[in-house]
Amino acid sequence: MADTSPNAASDVEMSQYVADRARVNEEKIRQDDEIIEQFGEYSYGWHDSDAAGEAAKKGIDEQVVREISADKNEPEWMLDMRLRGYRAFVEQPMPKWGVDLSGFHAQDFKYYVKPVGKQAASWEDLPDDIRNTYDRLGIPEAEKSRLVSGVAAQYESEVIYNSIQEDLAKQGVIFVDTDTAVREYPDLVRKYFGTVVPPEDNKFGALNTAAWSGGSFVYVPKGVHVDIPLQAYFRINTPNMGQFERTLIIADEGSYVHYVEGCTAPIYSTDSLHAAIVEIIVEKNARVRYTTVQNWSNNVYNLVTQRAYVREGATMEWVDGNIGSKATMKYPACILAEPYANASTMSLGFAGSGQYQDTGAKMIHLAPHTSSTIVAKSISRGGGRSAYRGLVKIVDGAEGASSNVVCDALLVDDFSRSDTYPHVDVREDDVSMAHEATVSKVSEDQLFYLMSRGVEEKEAMAMIVRGFVEPISRELPMEYALELNRLVELQMEGSVG
Amino acid sequence: MSTLEIKNLYASVETKEGRKQILRGVNLTVNSGEIHAIMGPNGSGKSTLAYTLAGHPKYEVDSGQALLDGEDLLLMTPDERAKAGLFLAMQYPVEVPGVSMTNFLRTAVTEVSGEAPAIRTWTKELTAAMKQLKMDPKFATRSVNEGFSGGEKKRAEVLQLEMLKPKFAVLDETDSGLDVDALRIVSEGVNRAKAANDFGVLMVTHYTRILKYIKPDIVHVFADGHFVKTGGPELADELEERGYDEYLPEGSDSESALA
Repeated sequence: MADTSPNAASDVEMSQYVADRARVNEEKIRQDDEIIEQFGEYSYGWHDSDAAGEAAKKGIDEQVVREISADKNEPEWMLDMRLRGYRAFVEQPMPKWGVDLSGFHAQDFKYYVKPVGKQAASWEDLPDDIRNTYDRLGIPEAEKSRLVSGVAAQYESEVIYNSIQEDLAKQGVIFVDTDTAVREYPDLVRKYFGTVVPPEDNKFGALNTAAWSGGSFVYVPKGVHVDIPLQAYFRINTPNMGQFERTLIIADEGSYVHYVEGCTAPIYSTDSLHAAIVEIIVEKNARVRYTTVQNWSNNVYNLVTQRAYVREGATMEWVDGNIGSKATMKYPACILAEPYANASTMSLGFAGSGQYQDTGAKMIHLAPHTSSTIVAKSISRGGGRSAYRGLVKIVDGAEGASSNVVCDALLVDDFSRSDTYPHVDVREDDVSMAHEATVSKVSEDQLFYLMSRGVEEKEAMAMIVRGFVEPISRELPMEYALELNRLVELQMEGSVG
Repeated sequence: MSTLEIKNLYASVETKEGRKQILRGVNLTVNSGEIHAIMGPNGSGKSTLAYTLAGHPKYEVDSGQALLDGEDLLLMTPDERAKAGLFLAMQYPVEVPGVSMTNFLRTAVTEVSGEAPAIRTWTKELTAAMKQLKMDPKFATRSVNEGFSGGEKKRAEVLQLEMLKPKFAVLDETDSGLDVDALRIVSEGVNRAKAANDFGVLMVTHYTRILKYIKPDIVHVFADGHFVKTGGPELADELEERGYDEYLPEGSDSESALA
């Protein structure tokens, strides 16, 4: 599977992280409690003043699609692509499987909200409200302390800030928002855009293709290793917002990049929609890791298509943490197109009260000696519902292919739900295929064991849950691992009487 | 000098057939430094006594007290009992995946002692204790009890006993499933911990063989939910020879035999 964290500094941080997680330091525990109290139920639920959002109109039709394209001054081919997407969206039925979409009405959302006139060159150039939001999220701080080598901040439909460290830019690494890429790197974009996820791929992918705005375009030249992650931060602010970012990552031969995205939104009584597409091309012997820590508020439909095309000897790794949202449907996929390509998906879904996390992975083995690993973990509590939905397909001729699937579900109480829908389609004899699924409950005996050693019930529960997510959280950059643990603990608040 | 005083303890468990009273009037006093062997036939309720003292939610106290230096353990949550100085070495310790032994032990020691151990002395103490129990240093980084063999689990329990330094230790069938070498190593660990901290021991066991390594001061026979006989170490020899037959209820109906 994936090797350890790419940057050496993380070793030091990791030991700190382990110490933190042991929570042996009273002071630390006290501080955490204070933070948790400040956070309340959902810690990112504030919203900014909102002239652009209020002015934007709801709903989508062909005219809206044309207006978006015209506003962006796009070339004809992109408009054509959008219109293909729109037609596919209209024609395709709503999925009859997965999360409950009966309350989903495409005309309720705002499709294009431009919060600022143009992208800011520095954080200071942003309106105070928006800048404060990112300060509170800690993004400029992470950039300043060089925890990330590039930052993209998307607010509503637009990437309002995008930067990359100079030395990377000098090596030819491109990290811009996708709108800018269409203007400045038209040949590269046109060559790859929509090749991994075609406009007609699925209903919500089609909607993204029609209405896309923002997202990241990343190109890493041959042999270049981007050692520190690129960070993207997606923020929805206005009610009924539809955010449709479009990300395209191309890792040329022998290169490496780690892209990390985080997502939050305010709490509103009406629903918002996040329907992104992420397309990744991993060229020969390159390696890409794509990490998501999704913490949308519980009024966001999160319907995302993520797919990578993996060439000879290349490695693709999805690390996917779904903590928030009202309903998520997301199955990061890898097309293992050439020999010795390999891929892994490590995912965690946390379904709290009123949430439905329908997540999983797809691994399509098209060539010999390709290998894939899926580790999917889910936690359900408070009546929440989580599902693993996965596909492993190995075609005739992909001899020596191997796949290993492990799904573990943890139920915290008696009225939550977990389902597993593993699909396996193997057309070749010479393969190795393993599937293992477990559903466990936080047991009385586990709680008693920890408590009999002096650990209070609430902390004992948190230890068990942290232990359960540990195989995923250890794959995350340190700040995100801490964040994930904190989120999981927040979600667990009140789960013990 | 501490005292654990169990007075007239009655406790029940919910079974498929309904509520069943297992402990029926248990009385016992244990002082610091004393080793009490609690012996009895299978199903007599001796493990129930151990779990009831530690506060397992499966067992419900009907009446009685368990006073540790005057404070009633039975009114406390399991973690409060641990902090009050009670330790239970379990027969079947559970696995807690993803939580390393080191983190778990440090958390436990911090909770029980009320302060975080200094990193330097902590590591030294833990390493030394593990070495004496002949535990591979790798155990410190493994998940709590996960994939441990029966013998490894018992060693890990005794390691916790050594680190947590309780006032009273209840050992539930600590000898079960151990070969001769492991039994000796585990027993030596218990003796070492007792020598260092002078705690009182309640050793629950079916067999007499552990008594060759951990010498009891007092031996009790437990049958049908309470103590039926108490004596010195010679009582263990008697049990070794004659078994528990005379303490078993007549016939197959054990419910009403010894009221």
